[in-house]
Amino acid sequence: MATKRRDFLAGAVSAAGAAMTPNLSHGHGHSHDHDHDHQVVPSDPTLRVKALESLLVEKGLVDRAALDALVDTYEHKIGPRNGARVVARAWTNPAYKQRLLTNADAAIGELGYGGQQGEHMLVVENTPQVHNMVVCTLCSCYPWAVLGLPPVWYKSAPYRSRAVIDPRGVLREFGLEMPEDVEVRVWDSTAELRYLVLPERPAGTAHWSEEQLAELVTRDAIVGVAKVAPPAKGVPA
Amino acid sequence: MNGIHDMGGMHGMGSIQHEKNEAVFHEKWEGRAFGLSFAMDSFDKWTLDAFRHQIELIPPAEYLRIRYYEKWIAAYIELMIKAGLVSRAEVESGIPAPGSATMGPALTAAQVPAMIASGSPASRDVPVAARFHTGQRVRARNINPVGHTRLPRYVRAKVGTVERDHGVFVFPDTNAHSRGEKPQHVYSVRFTSRELWGEQAAPRDSVYLDMWDDYLEPA
Repeated sequence: MATKRRDFLAGAVSAAGAAMTPNLSHGHGHSHDHDHDHQVVPSDPTLRVKALESLLVEKGLVDRAALDALVDTYEHKIGPRNGARVVARAWTNPAYKQRLLTNADAAIGELGYGGQQGEHMLVVENTPQVHNMVVCTLCSCYPWAVLGLPPVWYKSAPYRSRAVIDPRGVLREFGLEMPEDVEVRVWDSTAELRYLVLPERPAGTAHWSEEQLAELVTRDAIVGVAKVAPPAKGVPA
Repeated sequence: MNGIHDMGGMHGMGSIQHEKNEAVFHEKWEGRAFGLSFAMDSFDKWTLDAFRHQIELIPPAEYLRIRYYEKWIAAYIELMIKAGLVSRAEVESGIPAPGSATMGPALTAAQVPAMIASGSPASRDVPVAARFHTGQRVRARNINPVGHTRLPRYVRAKVGTVERDHGVFVFPDTNAHSRGEKPQHVYSVRFTSRELWGEQAAPRDSVYLDMWDDYLEPA
């Protein structure tokens, strides 16, 4: 076992060296994550994380099946569909919406969501007069329980730096032009409160069911960098 | 600390790279790094505040260069070493020290759903008097601690209004450094964008921050 690991690490060093040379032009390890699609040689973190995982497993500190379960949970079970269901229920059920705005933890809990990074939720409502958007300027705080793990742009320097000083410019970059008479409120997640933006229900959905509405709601709308677009045509079949 | 992580209001960071249909984990190692971090939390050897501070200690140029979960791994390695779960030599060699005891028990797959569902609430059910009330004008203190703080630079010495009392929470500035939880009230405080950024800001806009009692003084 130990011999194999040593071989692996020796390979890791040379592979990392090989990866550096041809990839210098597109910034190895840089934040341009979308550039990594064509990477052939494993990147340096691949090898480092593999070595660390093996060490922790061998020391009895980590069970690989638990890692599989964690990855599977956040890839397939806890994601923006949770938040979309909360929003759709609020749109179709005024009593629920009232509970959501006054006691978000309990209301979100009614749908079975909560726990990790959703322990203390607050819901802020968009209206024709007020637009809310959420950021974490200090790190990457995000409502995992209703949206899953944050996308790269949310954790990145451009968004974190500008959301508070130029929210309208940021929204414009997302394709959203805010009229002057709309009040923009930015929520900087500096403590343990996690925010869900309740977007405006789009026109043309009067007879839609909760399930149909949930299909329209996007992650970006719940972060407050997008609106929920009206349906392209009529009620879905 | 006045570190690179405190980014609110900075210029020159470029345009926002929004990726359509973005994968939760872009490469397999990201998922493994996330899982390792989460699993190691189960030993309860450090706090979320200590983790955040460990990330803040990454040198600025590195902080901007490396990818998100690389920061996590860098921070967790330091936390695990400090907690005595691994040694630096073990991390560097990838091999357990000869004769080192098998530790654990490790978090199991069966325990994962319960660990996620229970979360780690930072609120504390202790009677602590609130120093401020809803509607009160407050000034963010002008403090520059070298350790961990959740008081961003851009709001220091600015005046805002308490909009809501969230209740009592663990205080990160002490908790991150194992100096106790120092539970205290956290408020939602509204600052007008003009107070923060001057005349260039839109007149009706505002920024809300969640702020601990110790960050505030009467205005």
